[in-house]
Amino acid sequence: MSDTPARLIDVRQHVLSKNDQLAQGLRQRFDRAGVRVINLLSSPGAGKTRLLEETLRRLGAHDRVAALVGDLATDNDARRLARSGAAVRQIETGGLCHLEANLVASHLEGWDLASFDFLFIENVGNLVCPTSYDLGEHARVVLMAVTEGEDKPLKYPGTFRWADLVLISKLDMAEAAEFDAAAARASIESVRPDATIIATSARTGAGMVEWLAWLKRLR
Amino acid sequence: MHELSVAMSLVQIAEAAARKAGASQVTVVYLRVGALSAVVPDALRFSFDIVADGTILAGARLEIEELPVRVFCEYCVAEADLPNPQIFCCPTCQRPTGRMVQGRELDLVSLEVS
Repeated sequence: MSDTPARLIDVRQHVLSKNDQLAQGLRQRFDRAGVRVINLLSSPGAGKTRLLEETLRRLGAHDRVAALVGDLATDNDARRLARSGAAVRQIETGGLCHLEANLVASHLEGWDLASFDFLFIENVGNLVCPTSYDLGEHARVVLMAVTEGEDKPLKYPGTFRWADLVLISKLDMAEAAEFDAAAARASIESVRPDATIIATSARTGAGMVEWLAWLKRLR
Repeated sequence: MHELSVAMSLVQIAEAAARKAGASQVTVVYLRVGALSAVVPDALRFSFDIVADGTILAGARLEIEELPVRVFCEYCVAEADLPNPQIFCCPTCQRPTGRMVQGRELDLVSLEVS
């Protein structure tokens, strides 16, 4: 130890403040451009891409839509989503388990944000890590498939707690999965008593009208 | 497991604050971590030691104060700590409550330096 006397420095700063500041800057940019931004979170395989495919197709009939898709590797999802005709870009995180504001910012380059009404950010499939990172979004939507188990929100309270909307996905498989809708609702409301919940199936179209109406109210 | 990313941010801001204060070595880092911060203290400690190596935080001790989820109940007109962060009910009157006043912290409070 050196002979300099020890002293205490007051810092009082959020550890992710740099990300928070970047996210705040992004939100201002989005607001100026008039685009509403949705951060989509779920575990891997809950059906984010499938739901987004259907959402872009339906919403794209009347609104200008775009999507950023986060994955550890491959651009398969971006290619799949691009078929809807929407502007789509892949963010390959190279192993990073979540998206951060700087990754979003660097993938917006060259896009005229004012030419979009909605921008969807499909986060990396993970119900833990993405929670800590603000991406400048206006709404955070968490998906939970009927095949995942009704108690998912209790296992990941940190993520469901901050959901502006919980979308139950793959409703067409509810019967095969013996999905208990009341138990799922109880789990969600346990961590988020005032939660808004919409049950959907991208395959049959169930709940899509409600989901699109919810999105429209963001504008 | 995003504690490595969190540790990198932590070391970055701690190093900047210490240098600004003219310190040459950080010995203790005081952190507050909420029960719903999505950060696991043990994983953070492990990552911190790796990231701090080679910086003025090398060998520093990480003091983590873990904060329970605290809610405000509008019926009891009082704050209370949740025994379980999965159940947002007032522990006194058992009514559901969504108003969280503590539990998401991930804050660097202070540094002990020399």
